[in-house]
Amino acid sequence: MSKLYSGAEIVFKCLEDQEVEYIFGYPGGAVLPIYDELKNHSSIKHILVRHEQGAGHAAEGYARSSGKPGVVLVTSGPGATNVVTALTDAYMDSVPLVCISGQVPTHLIGTDAFQECDTTGITRPCTKHNWLVKDIKDLSKTLHEAFKVATTGRPGPVLVDIPKDIQFAKFNYSKQKIEKKLNGKVSNNFNQKEIDQLIDLMNQSRRPIIYSGGGVINSGPEASEALRELVEITGFPITSTLQGLGAYPGDDNQFLGMLGMHGTYEANNAMHDCDLLINIGARFDDRITGKIDEFSPKSKKVHIDIDPSSINKIIKVDLAIVGDVKEILKGTNKTLKKKNIDLKKSNKPKISKWWEQIQKWRSKNSLHFKNSDETIKPQHAVQRLYELTKDKDTFITTEVGQHQMWAAQHYKFNKPNRWMTSGGLGTMGYGLPAAVGVQIAHPKKLVIDIAGEASVLMTMQEMSTAVQYSLPIKIFILNNQYMGMVRQWQELLHEKNYSESYSEALPDFIKLAEAYGCKGILAEKPDELDRKINEMVEFDGPVIFDCRVDPNENCFPMIPSGKPHNQMILGPSEKEDNKITGKGKTLV
Amino acid sequence: MANPKSAYSVSTKKEKTDTHIIVVWVDNEAGVLARVVGLFSGRGYNIESLAVAEVDAKRNISRITIVTTGTPQVIDQIKLQLKKLVPVHKVADFKRNDKSVIFKEMALFKVVGNSSKIKKAINACKKYNAVILDKTKKSNVIQITALRREIDKMAKNLKKFGLVSISRTGAVAMTRGDKIFN
Repeated sequence: MSKLYSGAEIVFKCLEDQEVEYIFGYPGGAVLPIYDELKNHSSIKHILVRHEQGAGHAAEGYARSSGKPGVVLVTSGPGATNVVTALTDAYMDSVPLVCISGQVPTHLIGTDAFQECDTTGITRPCTKHNWLVKDIKDLSKTLHEAFKVATTGRPGPVLVDIPKDIQFAKFNYSKQKIEKKLNGKVSNNFNQKEIDQLIDLMNQSRRPIIYSGGGVINSGPEASEALRELVEITGFPITSTLQGLGAYPGDDNQFLGMLGMHGTYEANNAMHDCDLLINIGARFDDRITGKIDEFSPKSKKVHIDIDPSSINKIIKVDLAIVGDVKEILKGTNKTLKKKNIDLKKSNKPKISKWWEQIQKWRSKNSLHFKNSDETIKPQHAVQRLYELTKDKDTFITTEVGQHQMWAAQHYKFNKPNRWMTSGGLGTMGYGLPAAVGVQIAHPKKLVIDIAGEASVLMTMQEMSTAVQYSLPIKIFILNNQYMGMVRQWQELLHEKNYSESYSEALPDFIKLAEAYGCKGILAEKPDELDRKINEMVEFDGPVIFDCRVDPNENCFPMIPSGKPHNQMILGPSEKEDNKITGKGKTLV
Repeated sequence: MANPKSAYSVSTKKEKTDTHIIVVWVDNEAGVLARVVGLFSGRGYNIESLAVAEVDAKRNISRITIVTTGTPQVIDQIKLQLKKLVPVHKVADFKRNDKSVIFKEMALFKVVGNSSKIKKAINACKKYNAVILDKTKKSNVIQITALRREIDKMAKNLKKFGLVSISRTGAVAMTRGDKIFN
């Protein structure tokens, strides 16, 4: 008979076998046995957050910046419900999370016991899968399966709910069984014929564009390398979704910038006028496509994705290749090199007219803004931040809103896993706890949360976590006193009725920083910006940077809701003749 | 091309919808039906009828038969989304008018009235494999197996013969001939 372990011990044995180094959590009655066991496992460090949502986002930041799954530990009832936002966020953005939640003892389930809730019921629609472990015999198998489901195929969050009596019960521990097929859930069976078809389409194309997404990042650094090689071999222009930034160098000439609602003029027009659209690891999200009926009307469309249900969900495609982006791109590059070594040369004359057209669009300089000597323009602040930190291998997280779009537009990423933002769910309050997780994964690196003052207040309490673990995260707040994106939409859609989008009685962020035990820096004038940013970067410890920016600045360019790619608003002077009307008004 | 699920499809075209029977083989475990049904409600798909039971006690497999309507694109999404669920083994899909597949639903009718009315009710049911399950002087419980629209019709017709209560199942399906899918 092998040795018997308690459920709590089995949890840690599984985590050790899965090479987990950090768990983000918050204790409570129903997970006390697991917390009691923590002291016996020195290889696993627990990061105590201040709110379970923070644990979830921190684990997301950890996962997205390191490529490893994030692990969350919360108690039953409110612990579990608090983590739901983070699980949904991870589900939308395909981030691998394993959440372990305590549950009331099995004999109390269903009795409305203290801190009981139907955790698996609540989290069913926001996880890839979840389990309620009702028998200690199933515990180790379930936990190993949880890691497998979270990290394979299209990654995502999972939850394992463990009743307190199971944490005390004893059983023997079994290691992970090797490669049990998960009902064929992992699809990676593309074939050479599909790659040949793709190459045929590439050869025929005169106006191609590559549109890459978060799938390239999720597929690992090798996928980014393969993407760079593909772009190099073909000479094609490339644009990226919000989540895909960094997979291809942001300062490269073949990169057209981000596409979509707040993407560049050249990227969106190229999407509209192209004759070949190659989607690599993106999902035709509505922020990207604009009006579906008029989306890229003249193009053949190729979709490379690991999730079969993403194919033809929004946009019908002519060629779908289902599988791991990394493998498909490597296969494509290999075939391209074997077949016609000089593709770039032979392609050049074919697509040179297309590049000329793109240069024309580019010359509009759609990210341009009117700078000022009086007030700090938020775009200028992001540009200065970029210039002063670009040589440092900086990791950027964001909250959600105007500042997020300005960060995406003006901060250039050259490596994958350096950009963590909540795209699918659009969770305000994501960036600060995510920065905590990123800094845990990369203790020596510079981690900056480009924030808005409204968003950051939603999870401000995690500054306390940063101070406790000496995490030198920098919270760079573009403070315009408004919920800027809400205000912008009210300006465009609701006749400037700024209903409840102005925050009165904001805290003094400098004093707030001091109250948490970190450093506060205030910048009010453009001429002091560089000096203060340098002060922030050089300070060895967490900083809250209150950057007072022009409160009335809007985020341009913009595709108004209900409009196609080629009808962008480029700036404030243009919006009058491109008003959002009719059905467009009801869209989000 | 336009999909009603996107916030941006101010769709001008109306696509034709079809009725499909989706058969799903799942691990018979706690919550599995909620996962399947939750997928339908969460993504705004229809369920016209539903039939579930364990079909393989040894392998612990249940078979779920769902009748649904949707555009070809929606039906494809339903199948692909179902296949992503961890406890789902296999998904099959048939059009309702597919001649190579048998569809059957069962209904129980309680008829209360005098003997002549009951007799007429039984007669009316005859062509749908009528079985008398319970019989008293004043009442009968009749079981029929038929297609959905046939049962709909009978439910209407039997009213005049004293029909007081109806209980019916969702559709189940099986292919004709020696072809099987499990």
